[in-house]
Amino acid sequence: MAVCVAVIAKENYPLYIRSIPTENELKFHYMVHTSLDVVDEKISAMGKALVDQRELYLGLLYPTEDYKVYGYVTNSKVKFVMVVDSSNTALRDNEIRSMFRKLHNSYTDVMCNPFYNPGDHIQSRAFDSMVTSMMIQVC
Amino acid sequence: MMSKTDADIRFGNPAELHGAKVQIPYLITEKNTFKRMDDEDKQETQSPTMSPLASPPSSPPHYQRVPLSHGYSKLRSSTEQMHPAPYEARQPLVQPEGPSSGAPGAKPPRHQASLIRSFSVEREPHDNNSNYPDEPWRITEEQREYYVNQFRSLQPDPSSFISGSVAKNFFTKSKLSIPELSYIWELSDADCDGALTLPEFCAAFHLIVARKNGYPLPEGLPPTLQPEYLQAAFPKPKRECTLFDSYSESMPANQQPRDLNRMEKLSIKDMADFPVPAQDVTSDDKQEQNKTRLEQNKIRLALKSTADEALPKDMSEDPATSKDSNSLKARPRSRSYSSTSIEEAMKRGEDPPTPPPRPQKTHSRASSLDLNKVFQPSVPATKSGLLPPPPALPPRPCPSQMRKLKHTGLSKSAKISHHNVNSECSAQPKPPTQLPNFGDFRLQKQSEQASEAEIHPQLNRAPSQAADSSPTKKDIPYSQPPSKPIRRKLRPENPAPESQEPSSTVGGAASAVTGKPHTAVQKQSSKQKKAIQTAIRKNKEANAVLARLNSELQQQLKEVHQERIALENQLEQLRPVTVL
Repeated sequence: MAVCVAVIAKENYPLYIRSIPTENELKFHYMVHTSLDVVDEKISAMGKALVDQRELYLGLLYPTEDYKVYGYVTNSKVKFVMVVDSSNTALRDNEIRSMFRKLHNSYTDVMCNPFYNPGDHIQSRAFDSMVTSMMIQVC
Repeated sequence: MMSKTDADIRFGNPAELHGAKVQIPYLITEKNTFKRMDDEDKQETQSPTMSPLASPPSSPPHYQRVPLSHGYSKLRSSTEQMHPAPYEARQPLVQPEGPSSGAPGAKPPRHQASLIRSFSVEREPHDNNSNYPDEPWRITEEQREYYVNQFRSLQPDPSSFISGSVAKNFFTKSKLSIPELSYIWELSDADCDGALTLPEFCAAFHLIVARKNGYPLPEGLPPTLQPEYLQAAFPKPKRECTLFDSYSESMPANQQPRDLNRMEKLSIKDMADFPVPAQDVTSDDKQEQNKTRLEQNKIRLALKSTADEALPKDMSEDPATSKDSNSLKARPRSRSYSSTSIEEAMKRGEDPPTPPPRPQKTHSRASSLDLNKVFQPSVPATKSGLLPPPPALPPRPCPSQMRKLKHTGLSKSAKISHHNVNSECSAQPKPPTQLPNFGDFRLQKQSEQASEAEIHPQLNRAPSQAADSSPTKKDIPYSQPPSKPIRRKLRPENPAPESQEPSSTVGGAASAVTGKPHTAVQKQSSKQKKAIQTAIRKNKEANAVLARLNSELQQQLKEVHQERIALENQLEQLRPVTVL
């Protein structure tokens, strides 16, 4: 269902970013970049509350005329950003949450690989296939 | 008996192996029996009941040749097969079985040799893996042996697993690129726990070897490299007493309980059975016994060192190790799966108890600057809690009074204002006297202590001046606007109205001037503010008094005007008389 999926590291550089309509990649990259500000805002808005209390799923970050951007943060401050087509009204919040959960699980699997250095670009084929499965549903 | 025939039918092909291997395990059993000669007498009675269940070590090689699904039944069949051997002439069994399969023909001697060499070697004949056509991904015995040895070099306990870092260092030596190694790990670490069990390690090693030999890496883990498959292959040697130490870790979760029971029973019954076949052999066929004994002697010496040590240890350790491996394997699996499930549960659990905190509320975009500014002044307002209410009270009566005075005095004051200024000299001293009052007020703001002292002279001056001079126009018009600025400035800033109230008494003209001392007033302490408050009250009282005086004076003015007019009229009337 997603049009673009991005994994951003704690230091706010992308570990993985992929969008379905490849010709408009730059636009999606820009949207993800702007969403980082919103994510940081939400994290700081949670304030001094303990990380445990903080919700991992951030929800709708901001809507544009064509797309909606959803956010998710892990406890290690790794952010997942998902851009969804606004015309896809059938997409419910629970589905977005489940998609983020899958992303998180795949991400932890990638981290478990000792050959993966944290901070490297994610090149795991399993992760790619999982993201593809999420994105292909749109088509 | 029927089972025996069934077994013979089922395992007709690998029978030759049995034929050859039968002797070996048989020898092994005999060797064991030699160990347990003491218990022979006791076990003789038990042997007939337990014999069918005994599993001679030859069963594992037998299992190799049979698909895994028959594993459990194989054991029984093989054991049963083994048992007839001592009872019957094995040679006739061997002979019909031997020519039945030509392919395995070459294997038995090899197998024997390999058995003699090292019991960790386990061949996987192609018949076993006929279900899986992936030849390059099948691990041969030599390869497995090598992998297992390598595993042992990294992790002495075969039932445990290799940590990620250790495995990484080891596999990096293969000089493959990191992405490829990462991909191989992704394929082989099925439960994604960051550690490799023996089957996972073998799979990974095999993939590396294949890659080094030029095979492209597969898209998915081949079935022959699946950990379940590899684990299922492992229990075969487990049942062999000699192969326990090498394959103790490989008990699959599903088959392990059965195997455990199996092994436990076997371990118990092996002890009992060993003397039985030996005795049977001796009793039944002496020729066979002689041959077997010769072979026994040959092999026993080879086996003794390993098997003797391996047997008791492995028998005792195996259930424990298998259990441990079970639990250990369950742990990482449960760890990984439970971690994800816990994560999911936590995430789910987080969802209902802590609903998303509607970020729009806290979203700064929603908050307007006005609100921020509103909150800011509210803070100082809260600090000076006493200040807001008191200032509110005085303005109320003042404006009402002022309004009343306004109605009466404004109209007249507007008409007479000019006259008052010009005609009445008494008004003049007032403004100049009042100006110093303005100045006094200014000074008052700047120095709060003097405010009280000044108020009193003001009050004193006001009534004295009011009696003498006409009401000043300034008071009334100023009385109105000061009330308004008071109200206006009460809302946004409290210090402002405090400072402005004294200015209201002075007049609107002075309010601008007082704007400057406002800042100074605001910065003063609360005591000063209270002093200012009292000064304000007194000033307001003076204001009221002055306003009354104003009204009275204006009335007097009117009267005086009327008298003047009357006098002038009289004058005019009188003049024409004088002119004559």
